[in-house]
Parts: sequence; C-alpha cells; structure tokens
Amino acid sequence: MKILLVDDSRTMRSIQKKVLEALGSNEVAEAADGMEALGIIASTPAGFNLIVVDWNMPNMDGITLVRKIRERDKATPLIMATTEAEKTRVIDAIKAGVNNYIIKPFTPETLLEKVRQTLARLQKAA
Amino acid sequence: MTQPAAISTPQALPSAPPASLDPKLIVPLINSIRAVFGTMVKLTVTIQRPHVKTSPAPMYDVSGIIGLSGDFIGSIVVSFQMEAAARIVSLFAGTTLAPDSPDFPDAVGELANMIAGGTKKALGGMASITVPNVVIGGGHVIARLSDVPCLVIPCQTPVGSFAAEVSIKKVQRSNASGGVA
Repeated sequence: MKILLVDDSRTMRSIQKKVLEALGSNEVAEAADGMEALGIIASTPAGFNLIVVDWNMPNMDGITLVRKIRERDKATPLIMATTEAEKTRVIDAIKAGVNNYIIKPFTPETLLEKVRQTLARLQKAA
Repeated sequence: MTQPAAISTPQALPSAPPASLDPKLIVPLINSIRAVFGTMVKLTVTIQRPHVKTSPAPMYDVSGIIGLSGDFIGSIVVSFQMEAAARIVSLFAGTTLAPDSPDFPDAVGELANMIAGGTKKALGGMASITVPNVVIGGGHVIARLSDVPCLVIPCQTPVGSFAAEVSIKKVQRSNASGGVA
C-alpha cells in the first residue's frame, strides 16, 4: 500500500508513518506542504492508495491541495488530519472532496480506525 | 521566528482571576492543554492558578507561538524550560530529540499548534491560526497586543513545567467571517 503524508510538521508525519506502517503500508511518501505534495503526485503515475493531508501549511494549504487533487482525481482516498475542528471546516473539507476527517490530537487507534473505515467504505462502493 | 518576549514570572498570584480575565478563555485553553498532552504525550498535566502576566521578565527557554486572526485576534504561546521541553517533545515524537535537532522546534511548534487549534474551536466563531513559530533561547521577549491582558496558565507535568500564555480579544463587527489560510 502506498501512502502520501502531507503535513508541515515532520514530527507529525513521523508519528503517522509509524502508525500506518502497522497497517501494512510498505511505501510512505512525505510532503511538507501542498506544493510539494502536488509535485510528488505528478511524479508518481501509479498514484497512491491513500493521501493524508493537514490543513494549515505554508505555501499551499491542505484544503487547496484537496481541491487541486480532486480536479483530476476523484478516486484516491483522502483524509484530512488537522487541528481545524469547527463544523464549518469539516463541511468545507467534505465539499472539497475529502473522504474522512481526523481532528488533532488523535490516538494511533483513532488514526488506524479512520484509515480502515475510509478504505473499507470506498472498497464497498467500488 | 524572531518574535520577542517573555514568559511570565508567577509573582504575586491573585487570589482569584482579575475581572479582565475571561473564564471563557481559560477553560478552553486548559481543556486543550490536557487533551493534547494526554493524547499525544501521554502525560498528565496539573494546572496551577492562572494569573495575568505582570512582568516582562523571561523565565522560559523555548516558546511555540501561534497567532490568531478572524473573529479572534492575538496569540497563544506555549513556553518551556529547556530540560522539560526536551523530555516532553521526546515523549511526543517517540524518540529522543535533543534541543539542537532540527526536529526539536518542529515538535514544539506542533504541540503549540494543537493546543491553539483546540482552544480556537472551543471559543466559537470563525478564526484562523497561523503556522507555528518557535523561539529558542533564554531571555526572548514576545511582543503582544498592548490592549489585551496576557493570561498565564502555569502547568506541571511529571517531567517538568511549562506555561501557556494567551492574549486574545474578540473582534467586534457585524459581518464577521474568517477563512482558513
């Protein structure tokens, strides 16, 4: 399973990476902002099985990244993992095209559950 | 990353929060601190008496700073003594992070980010938070809004102390809106 983690905090990416490796993801790419993520996505023709995106990042934020990804790709599962916890933010993210939403702080169990839930839901719908 | 200022000296603590301290600000911040440390650092935080910062004297060595804009403006700062910071961020990251590691300020900033995010939600309204800035070095001074009191919440953990400082005011306007940056 190939996963792209997009978060300006390297610490947070590292924490998420450890958790997701437990899920069996054998290839995890990392980006520190939306611009870098778009570059990685463009240079990865095979795509990713999952992209986890933070909201507040320099250069290009997560909501802009999600919108840009969804302009061309409606299928890749996207999870927003952010401190933005207001309902309006969650709604904005869903409208932009995320499949699930995790509010920081979160436990490893919550992240795993959200990932499993997202992948299972999309598999069922396919 | 060069914002000046100081971390409070809990000198003469008031017996009760002064009138200028809004309890609606204190409770969300305390709840957010406890949630972040309990979930991500696995540490119990003991909250000491909040007080208004009365002295600019620096007391801490490392500060994570988050600015707010929108319906609320101001800043939330989380400040540590160096040894406590090193132990806390190492627990957070799950690996030893020395203060000279590039990941050290990153981890401090992310803790401040989560604390500010949780506080912002509980305040209601629409506000945006900045990406974190981190200042390392004893004696730094952080400039703040001059017309808003700075509330200090001293915190104790089993691995050392830190303080959260909040200086926020609600923006009065009829057509409030706040996009996320």
